[in-house]
Parts: sequence; C-alpha cells; structure tokens
Amino acid sequence: MSSRRTTERLEHAAPALDTTSKALATTSDGFDPSARVSVAKAYKMFVGGAFVRSESGRYFQTGGGRADGGADPAVVNVPRGSRKDARDAVVAAKGAEAGWAGRTAYNRGQILYRLAEVMESRREELRVALVRGGADVAAAEREVERAVDRAVYYAGFCDKFQALVASSNPVSGPHFGFSVPEPTGVVAVVAPGHPALLGLVSTALPILAGGNTCVVVAGADDPRTAVVWCECLATSDLPGGVVNVLTGDAAEIAPHLAKHREVGALDVWTADAELRALCEREGAGSVKRVRTHDGEAIERLAGDDGQGLGFIERFLETKTVWHPVGV
Amino acid sequence: MSSQNSTLSRYGSSARPAPYPLFYPPPPPVDQIAVEERVAALGKRSIKKGAKVAGLTLAVRMMDLTTLEGKDTPGKVRQMCAKARTPLAGDPSVPSCAAVCVYPNLVPTAKAELAGSGVKVASVATAFPSGQSPLDVKLSDVRRAVELGADEIDMVIDRGAMLAGDYAKVFDEIAATKEACGPAHLKVILETGELGSYDVVRKASEIGIAAGGDFIKTSTGKVQPAATPAVTLVMLEAIRDHFLATGRRIGMKPAGGVRTAKQALHYLVLVKETLGDAWLTPDLFRFGASALLNDVLMQLEKERTGVYQASEDFSKD
Repeated sequence: MSSRRTTERLEHAAPALDTTSKALATTSDGFDPSARVSVAKAYKMFVGGAFVRSESGRYFQTGGGRADGGADPAVVNVPRGSRKDARDAVVAAKGAEAGWAGRTAYNRGQILYRLAEVMESRREELRVALVRGGADVAAAEREVERAVDRAVYYAGFCDKFQALVASSNPVSGPHFGFSVPEPTGVVAVVAPGHPALLGLVSTALPILAGGNTCVVVAGADDPRTAVVWCECLATSDLPGGVVNVLTGDAAEIAPHLAKHREVGALDVWTADAELRALCEREGAGSVKRVRTHDGEAIERLAGDDGQGLGFIERFLETKTVWHPVGV
Repeated sequence: MSSQNSTLSRYGSSARPAPYPLFYPPPPPVDQIAVEERVAALGKRSIKKGAKVAGLTLAVRMMDLTTLEGKDTPGKVRQMCAKARTPLAGDPSVPSCAAVCVYPNLVPTAKAELAGSGVKVASVATAFPSGQSPLDVKLSDVRRAVELGADEIDMVIDRGAMLAGDYAKVFDEIAATKEACGPAHLKVILETGELGSYDVVRKASEIGIAAGGDFIKTSTGKVQPAATPAVTLVMLEAIRDHFLATGRRIGMKPAGGVRTAKQALHYLVLVKETLGDAWLTPDLFRFGASALLNDVLMQLEKERTGVYQASEDFSKD
C-alpha cells in the first residue's frame, strides 16, 4: 500500500497536469490551491460498460519518464488483465452483440458521432494523456485531432458501406442472387502501443461501424491514454459491452482470446510477429478469421490511408441469397 | 410434535383454529445479516479442476430440466426430454438429468419420451403458479397429473393464506395434496419471493415439512426474486433441524434464477456445509432450471478441452 501512496503523490506532481495550480496564488477568500488533498486517478479497465480492476488483483507500472525526459516522470499502477478478465470481457461483448447489430446502421452512426463529440470536448485531456505517455506536444495535438476526425469518418460510414460492399448478382440460370454484409460477431483486437489513441480509434471503430462488438487489448506502452479514451466511450451512448478494453500484456491475454470459441475474429496486425503467429495457431481450433500483416505498417495509421472501407470490410461476413426469378 | 400443546394451535386464524400444534417448539428467529454473511462467505470458495468437474457432473444429475410456459408444445417437450436423457450428444461421461418438469398436459408426452431412461417426470399442479383456486380444484389437478404418469408433483402453497396468518389452511392443503399424490413424490413450492422475510420462509418451510412434503422448493420461477442462496440456506437449516429432531430426511430444490455453473457449485457448497454429504444426491437435492444446463455443459467442455466454449455450439432447450 505504501508504494501506491507514493505513486499517487508523484503523479500529482506531474508537470503536464500542474500548470494551472502553479499559476494560482492564494485567492482573496483564503483558498490555497496548493493545500488541496491530492486526487489521483485509479486507472481501471473498461468491461461491460463499467470500470473494473483485474480479477487477478495484479498491476503493472507505467510512466517513469523516458531517457530524453519527454514523458511524465510519475509512475502509476495499471491493471494487468488476466485470462479470466478476457473471459469476462468476451461474455460482455457477446451479450452486447445482438443489441448492437440489431440497431439500425443509422443509429450506430449517431452513437459513433456522439463519441466524436465527447472526444472533441475532451481533447485537452486526451492530449495531456498522450504527452504523459511520451508523445511530444505538437504530435499529441495532431493525433487527437486526427482521432476525432476518424471517429466522425466512421460515424458517417456506418450506414453507407453496405451500398459499397453489397451486390446483386445476375447468375447464369433461372435464379437471381444478392449478397449482403453481416457483422462477424465478437472481434478481439490487439491495439498498438503507439500511436496510443489513433491506434485504438483506427482498429476499434471500423469494427463497431460494421456492427461487431469488440474486446481490445490496449498497448502496454501507454495504457493511460486508453483508459481516458474509455471514459469517452462510457459517456457516449455506446451500450455497455460493445467495446471492452483490457490493459496488460497482450502476449499473455491475446492467445486466450484466440482460443476462445465465442470470439469470431482477431485483429492482430499491429502485434509483433511472434504474437501474430501464436494467435493464428490458437485461432485455428475454432477457424477464426485472423487479420495479421497484410503488408500494412503502423505508421500508416497516422495518414489518410489509415482509414477506409477496407478496415470495415475486414470484419464483415457476406451472406448470399439465391432467389428464384420472379419472386 | 406433541399434542398436549394445543394452545399453540391458536397461531391459525381465529375463525378457523388449527387442528395441529403447528409451531412447537416455535421456529427460531432468522438472523438476516448472519444468513447473508454466511452465504457470502461460502460463495467465495474456489472450486477448481477435478472437484469442479465432479461438482458439475453431480449438478447435471440433480437437474430438473424445466419448461413451464403457455407456449410449450409436445415438440419442445420431446426435445427437452432428449436433452435430459443425453445432455451432451457424443459424450456419455455426462450423466442424465434427474427429471423433467412440465405442465400436466405435457406429462404423457414426457413420460413416453423418457420411458426406460431413469429420468423422472415431474409435473406442477395445484393451480400453479398462483395457487389461488379452491382446494377441490387443486386436488383434482394433482390426481390427474399423477394419473397421466407424473412421478413427482410440484405443488404451490397458498401464499395469501400464509401471509394472512392462516397457517392451518396452508398445512391442511399440503397434507391433502400429499394424500392425493399417492405414490408420487411431493415437492412443496413456498414461492419465497412473495413471502417477504426469512422468518416467514422458515415458518413456511416447517409447515411444508410437517404436512408431509418430501421436498421443499423455493420458487415457481414466475416471481422475482426466485431462488437465492440466502433463502436456500434458511430452508436448508429448517431441513437440518427437522432431521436432528426426527431423523427424517427432507429434500431441497432451489428453482429459478440459478443460471451459471458457478452459482450451482455455490449451492452445492451450501448443502454440503449445512446438511453434509448425505444430501449430495439427486434423491435429496435438485436444481429447477432450464438455462443452467448449457452453462454447466460449457464449463465441463472447457475443463475437458481447455478452451472457452461458444454458446452457439450447444443446443437450446
């Protein structure tokens, strides 16, 4: 416990957060901001619409600064998700699946747009989180703007991609066929460590736009940004369980998600080669759709080609219906 | 039960004094906080690996697979009977369930389907689920269900009479129902969700036991809350005290609200700790459930294969 107190104190002294309180002297009514009790945040995972600790009770530490002194020197404890946290998250995602896929695509778009609104109103907090995680200030600013824009982009795409990927198929014979996209179901995602925010937004939102629910393992480099983003999710009309975010060691958690039969697909293209291979092997038992490296680079996420129809299409199943002509 | 304490019969309504000394000695008051604390403490046990598999296998053997809906069809009941005989197709290590529980009209269907399997047919009766009908109607309901082939009868008590303090009426109806059952086993549903307090649950348990019930059962499944571990513990303690006083073993059946394998193991821990191993048998403990079976099967498969299972891979009903 004592070490935890220490980390809380340290965090309060973080330069990125402390600028406002330094500027304030004792006010005329006798209020001394420096005498306030420190209010440190307990970072938690986001499962089933609630912020939870790991059932295992384990934590890992993050922060502590980089060699070049760019990051926040505070060290904080973040939950280290376990196999059973992954199981609970899948249960939550599965429970949310029918409700999310059953909404109209238009309504899904409205909710994702609401997420963009909330992210916009929390731009400063997201920026500070990224700086604490090691990004430089200008890059963090750009990343937040890009992330909000991307949320708007996928919000708009929710009720439009169907027209682009569906088809009517004139077949040879006395039949007619048409193909329509359907969500895969529960998708497990390994999000990149950097860019922390854009990585989450760019992997999770196209999956949601397609009508899937997801379990995301946030990158271990900057898990606090992921938690701040979860606070945006929690206040954005997204039903509980549609997005579940675990923090911890992806190499520990992802193989369990890969084996889990309730998970329909895996998005691990930003993971390292060893973990990708392991997830492919473990996912084979339930014939999962596994998205690994399609010649993509993480750097791509920062640019315009880090979004698009292709990202949505990866987690859609195509249902083709044959009709007798004339019906 | 000694008859010289006839003054205690005044517990019944004044208009209709009870012919039996119902509460002698009077039931102990139930300490709500202590019951809930004990239940919570017993719920924290970690049961893993071999013990978990053994517990879950036992839970399958104790299950009364239930469907009690207006939309029940012979087809649905046949499907459920097939599942009760062979819960997991292709895996004979998973035993059959104890019984199926249906409405009287579907008893012949279930009986035919389960012939030779050892799986019993239970039928609800006595104007289930409210019990708000005249006694002769309830009794003929019971007799018909037994004639149609029910091995076990799940009756409901008259909660209105119970809450009005007319304990004698509750007792008499149970006793009359037991007589109407003939050879069939009688389970007495207290519908604890409507009784209001653990003290009333304890009283109702004692009446159900004294009047001849072979089992006491928490709920119809039609009222929330249904079975809870706390209410089950109160009833188990009534069974224990009756056993210590008379040597007679009464069965227990929590029904409704038991949905997960973990909950089922929690109930088994309660039974083991309150009544001991003698009650860990389908003859003396049952689960009334429908969704529970699939969760138990998923956990058993998880233990067998090491892989978390998908709900779609298990047949519904």
